[in-house]
Amino acid sequence: MKRQLIAVLLLLAPAWGFAAAEHAHMDEANIDPNNIQSLQRGARLFVNYCLSCHAAALMRYERIGKDLGIKEKLVAENLVFSGGKTTDLMTVATHPDDAKEWFGTVPPDLSVIARARGVDWLYNYMRSFYLDDSKITGVNNLVFPDVGMPDVLWELQGWQEPVIHTVKNEDGSETNAVTLELVKPGLLTPKEYDRAIRDLVNFLDYMGEPAKHERRALGVKVIMFLLLLLVLAYLMKREFWKDVH
Amino acid sequence: MAGNTTEKWQGGLLGWIDARFPLSSMWYDHLARYYAPKNFNFWYFFGSLALMVLVLQIVTGIWLTMNYKPDATLAFNSVEYIMRDVNWGWLMRYMHSTGASAFFIVVYLHMFRGLIYGSFKKPRELIWIFGMIIYVCLMAEAFMGYLLPWGQMSYWGAQVIINLFGAIPYIGETLAIWIRGDYVVADATLNRFFAFHVAAVPIVLLALVVLHILALHEVGSNNPDGVDIKKHKDANGNPLDGIPFHPYYTVKDIVGVVVFLIFFSIVVFFMPEMGGYFLEANNFIPADPLKTPVHIAPLWYFTPYYAILRAVPSIGGSAFPGVLAMALAIVVMFFLPWLDRSPVKSIRYRGTVYKIWLALFVVSFVILGWLGMEAPTALYTIIARICTIIYFAFFLLMPIYTKLDKTKPVPDRVTS
Repeated sequence: MKRQLIAVLLLLAPAWGFAAAEHAHMDEANIDPNNIQSLQRGARLFVNYCLSCHAAALMRYERIGKDLGIKEKLVAENLVFSGGKTTDLMTVATHPDDAKEWFGTVPPDLSVIARARGVDWLYNYMRSFYLDDSKITGVNNLVFPDVGMPDVLWELQGWQEPVIHTVKNEDGSETNAVTLELVKPGLLTPKEYDRAIRDLVNFLDYMGEPAKHERRALGVKVIMFLLLLLVLAYLMKREFWKDVH
Repeated sequence: MAGNTTEKWQGGLLGWIDARFPLSSMWYDHLARYYAPKNFNFWYFFGSLALMVLVLQIVTGIWLTMNYKPDATLAFNSVEYIMRDVNWGWLMRYMHSTGASAFFIVVYLHMFRGLIYGSFKKPRELIWIFGMIIYVCLMAEAFMGYLLPWGQMSYWGAQVIINLFGAIPYIGETLAIWIRGDYVVADATLNRFFAFHVAAVPIVLLALVVLHILALHEVGSNNPDGVDIKKHKDANGNPLDGIPFHPYYTVKDIVGVVVFLIFFSIVVFFMPEMGGYFLEANNFIPADPLKTPVHIAPLWYFTPYYAILRAVPSIGGSAFPGVLAMALAIVVMFFLPWLDRSPVKSIRYRGTVYKIWLALFVVSFVILGWLGMEAPTALYTIIARICTIIYFAFFLLMPIYTKLDKTKPVPDRVTS
């Protein structure tokens, strides 16, 4: 039986060869969901820069305070802007029709965006705005071409312009690659900006699944219990099966 | 002591019940005196596991229903409400979503067991038929359940699959509208799928499971040697190679259940999306009837059939041949007991030919499953066609190759 299983696995091997599909280059977000400070900084960035257009209507302010160790008073003072309560959902006042007129599309709710797009995508997207006169917003994006969103964080990052390089491939052929170069610095250095975006993405990831921390913590306990139960179940089975021959 | 207690019980409440309802006799017939072959191996865990996953799905499903809203404007948010604001909601949801995939893993392994040990062969044809109907119901259950989170993949997956019915000549369009209750997948579709998912299909499933087990207990379980244990009985009329299901297999299956739950917990607690195979990233975007995703793939357990659908070329612009092939791929499995002409049941005593065909079939099925998730290319289409041909050849040529195959002599009694 074992030999047959191995034979089947070997027959399957060619399929894995195809599985190596092409992936565009993406920098890794390298977020640390256990870093509370990073999450808190991310939360502040989110309410300051994102929450005016994007809602996170599945999330409550209160929950952020509870999960990220921010006192309710501080949540009320620093995160809740609209004069609302900490128990409110994180909605925006902008009417969808107005948003549609301004941006050409309604800014998506960001509650679960990290689960839909992935953290790496978000991390790269937020660092890939560049100047483009042909767009109404004056900017375009390498990761999300012709995006309707303006470069909200230009103040922090500064302005970028695309530079086209010729890259030699391994087989000798040449392809063009676009990288972005900072032409006007912002308030943050590129390193600081990357860190800020990492914080923001970390927060978006947290918001995508606030129970993640609790889930993993419970998982360890459940599996420890099951391992113990396995020993007992096995011993019981062995005891009963002693008389089967 | 023990004897006294039993007698007391028999005279007491149990006796009272037994005079009115066959409680004790059911217990004995199906558990304590149901003799199962003593040589069950690894592959025999998956029947009881399937039953356990069914219970798990029903229980977690009931709790999800308490907070889920089957309404196109509320459904997506209500699932996230369960994930965030309902106590332990995330656990119920992940158990349910992981359970769906686990159900198919367990059922596929259970069916594979049937293939290797000839469990579908006479006198167990009806067990196989009931099992196949369970499998079809399970697919309906999973398909309709997947619409409920009302994400992009839920919506467009349902749209694509229901459109398949539209490919049927003459009645197709009308049929598709009748199924959806609208011209596109909409609130009406969500509501009826919810009704089927939480009530109609589970009831049918439970009834079929009862039939499956009753049919099994009527003829007795097969075993890895494929020999009939009822041929050799002791003085009491019990099979020499059999042991009472309870306590022997109940305690053994508990070990299987715990091992299963460990793997299940690893997924639920540490990788609930399973890299996009159990929960797709696109399904975290609310359903949008105006935005078709670039790449629509069904969940992994349907992809072998989806690959077959795409592999078959359309005729005159109609996808009907593919739809037909997909349906036949499932229908043909029902006939397995009559397609197999081998005099032996178990793979242990079959010849090389069956083993090669079975290996080819399994490999094709897995490759088709993988291809069904990928966007089609010219090369993939060729591979999918080859695998589709092997898939059908495995069944349709079976009467020939199982008859020609050189079998080994089957022992009189079980071997291990």
